[in-house]
Amino acid sequence: MNFTLNVWRQKNANEVGKLESYTAQHISPDASFLEMLDVVNNELEAQGKEPIAFDHDCREGICGACGIFINGRAHGPRSGTTTCQLYMRNFADGETLTLEPWRAKAFPVVRDLVVDRTAFERIIQAGGFISVATGNAPEANGLPVPKVDAELAMDAAACIGCGACVAACKNASAMLFVGAKVSHLGLLPQGRAEAARRVENMVATMDTEGFGNCTNTGACEAECPKRISISNIARLNRELACAKIFG
Amino acid sequence: MELKSNAPTGPIEKRWDNYKFNLKLVNPANKRKHTIIVVGTGLAGSAAAATLGELGYNVLSFCHQDSPRRAHSIAAQGGINAAKNYQNDGDSVYRLFYDTVKGGEWRARESNVYRLAEISVNIIDQCVAQGVPFAREYGGLLANRSFGGALVSRTFYARGQTGQQLLLGAYQSLMRQVSAGKVKVFQRHEMLDLVVSNGAARGIVTRDMVNGKIERWCADAVLLCTGGYGNLFYLSTNAKGCNVSAIWRAYKRGACMANPCYTQIHPTCIPVSGDYQSKLTLMSESLRNDGRVWVPKQPGDQRTPDQIPDADRDYYLERKYPTYGNLAPRDISSRAAKEQCDAGRGVGPSGRGVFLDFRDALKAQGHKKLEEKYKELFEMYHNITNEDGYKQPMRIYPAVHYTMGGLWVDYNLMSTIPGCFVLGEANFSDHGANRLGASALMQGLADGYFVIPYTLGNYLAGTKLPKLDTNDTAFANAEQNVTGQISKFLGIKGTRTVDSFHKELGHLMWEKCGMARNEKGLKELLQQIPTLREEFWKSVNVPGSDKDLNQALERAGRVADFMEFGELTARDALERRESCGGHFRDEFQDEEGECKRDDENFCHVAAWEYKGESQTPVRHIEPLNFEYVHLAKRNYK
Repeated sequence: MNFTLNVWRQKNANEVGKLESYTAQHISPDASFLEMLDVVNNELEAQGKEPIAFDHDCREGICGACGIFINGRAHGPRSGTTTCQLYMRNFADGETLTLEPWRAKAFPVVRDLVVDRTAFERIIQAGGFISVATGNAPEANGLPVPKVDAELAMDAAACIGCGACVAACKNASAMLFVGAKVSHLGLLPQGRAEAARRVENMVATMDTEGFGNCTNTGACEAECPKRISISNIARLNRELACAKIFG
Repeated sequence: MELKSNAPTGPIEKRWDNYKFNLKLVNPANKRKHTIIVVGTGLAGSAAAATLGELGYNVLSFCHQDSPRRAHSIAAQGGINAAKNYQNDGDSVYRLFYDTVKGGEWRARESNVYRLAEISVNIIDQCVAQGVPFAREYGGLLANRSFGGALVSRTFYARGQTGQQLLLGAYQSLMRQVSAGKVKVFQRHEMLDLVVSNGAARGIVTRDMVNGKIERWCADAVLLCTGGYGNLFYLSTNAKGCNVSAIWRAYKRGACMANPCYTQIHPTCIPVSGDYQSKLTLMSESLRNDGRVWVPKQPGDQRTPDQIPDADRDYYLERKYPTYGNLAPRDISSRAAKEQCDAGRGVGPSGRGVFLDFRDALKAQGHKKLEEKYKELFEMYHNITNEDGYKQPMRIYPAVHYTMGGLWVDYNLMSTIPGCFVLGEANFSDHGANRLGASALMQGLADGYFVIPYTLGNYLAGTKLPKLDTNDTAFANAEQNVTGQISKFLGIKGTRTVDSFHKELGHLMWEKCGMARNEKGLKELLQQIPTLREEFWKSVNVPGSDKDLNQALERAGRVADFMEFGELTARDALERRESCGGHFRDEFQDEEGECKRDDENFCHVAAWEYKGESQTPVRHIEPLNFEYVHLAKRNYK
């Protein structure tokens, strides 16, 4: 298969970037999207040109490192899929593909398709944890957790922190990311003790980091590679309201 | 050099307790005066950094990813073992200890393994308290499943994402310490050298991967939690960023490298499809609970799998190992698959594959039940291969997955360089020649949460370290070493890409030092690697500058280290004239093609000491004694 690529090239955070055109030739339909980029990069490197920088690591859809805006969609055209799990058979031969980094004020571009997502780190630092020091834990089966709650918590905990929700949202809101963590920990009895504090601090940090407000349009859920439900945002709002009212 | 294991003696169930009691303690007020460097943020690194922060130490944590949460522990699928005996099926600390020693073919230290089994139960408690959403039964209590190499159900799991959930638990604890001001995390920082001063590890030199800045960091101890070296083979189930560089550079500063030839080939991976392929994807071993492995009896059988009746199928694992069946340990299952494919019975376009069939499980349990257990795995398989595992059997083939070898450590997890500790997959300690499924997560967390907090304190309390800062010549030398290598890379301006060298090296290693090795192949390898290395340093092309994000430069450093490390691995494999676990020598097998160990001559750890460039490293020996699990043939029939 052959493709024309329009790729965002930007040397670093301070310089202005622009789209540049490349061709990807003789690509197997069974190659992954990132393997297609490997082929292009290898050709560039062999010519002594700088390869296209992009984040990636596990290449099996779980580490959350990769994230390319492909033809105007976070992680490309296939729903429920990370960029690394896209295969070229998902595209048409001869197609033109436009590759951009996540666009959000809170995610400045580092280089080409690589962005700085440390704002997520600071949100977790604000309260995305259960305060239990090593050695403090009681016997694991001492606290039964209803299976339904454990499953719902797991659904939320499946978030890989890739930032697609922010990239997809026209307000660059991080509500799905924060909602997923607040739900994961808040649905479990272990996490209730500091639930109010958690939600208030995480939301406050989300705001200061420059993420926008929720638009209620659901683009985040539609583009989430792990299909995290926006009902987690509803739960976040409820938790926040309860925290504000009851403390 | 004498390898002093410091392993305690006495009744095995009392060893760790007694040892801990005799360890020196650091006064809480003095802990804040100590700075500790932790490199790597996987299970071992995150757990260690968080726990040491909680205790009051100043911790500097480094990772090359853009977030500590992305370390490769995140990709572990199946589960974590613990001797809780919740299933009332006869499990115990002693049985987990026994299974692990036997699974590792009697090539691990008994004291270490027992400690690991003992700690396993605390890990589950800790993780549940952190909010890890383990699978549960309707009564609200924790669920278990079985894994290879065990006859009890002791594996705890969170769908097919156990590693992710455990790592997020550790990561969240780490973030809590960051907000408490006890830990500083440096993302996108790669450790490029270890600084040894007055015989002790006192710091590291890193490269800021965004702006290229080379930085020096001084500390009282350095913990390397940098994972395994599976990417030596280019294609493996490891993440693309996994590398040997941190431990290799520590090796070149005096830390002995133990048993590098013990590499685990995982039996259930998606087969290779083309030469563009950048990595292999694992299908969790947990699938073998319900999937049955088979090949057509007739080589070259062209029928689709559903048209091949049971009479024409060879369920070779069930046939050869009736007791363990499809849950035979990884090394054994992998070799059995290779044997079938070598005999021409392999399936799929390349002929390098066997079936993992869920037909009978679907009949017995239904689609819904299987989906509950393995949904993500079936989706992943479908996505990668364009085939539906519910409708036709999956095709699987072994791939490099885990490395049991690593830096040699004593019972305190300290390497042969005082003050340089090594945790998790990066060390060699607990799995012997083969690791059992769901034991890697257990070891990483045991080392980080429950071992290092004690043994590190003992080192700090018992050692008088001279005052030192980053202006010391040891730091200057290390930095010079790093910058020299970087400018060398950028100056070569050759014709070949870094990847092309990595692929070539990986191919050589897989062919001659992969699932089966022999003297002839290994000797050839020891000729071929230096030639390839020479070519690499002559004609590699690393474009760009060292002043900004340069992924080709990052890869070049890692591949350069693999080029040296591969040679040591081949040398280790050549010297170990026996077969055991992840090291199978063609010359040493019994009539049935199983491993033939040589306990008389090789019941030891081989630890290699660096002697300088182009010098042959020296092989040291730590003898292994088995007082409890007596040496026997490893039998899964």
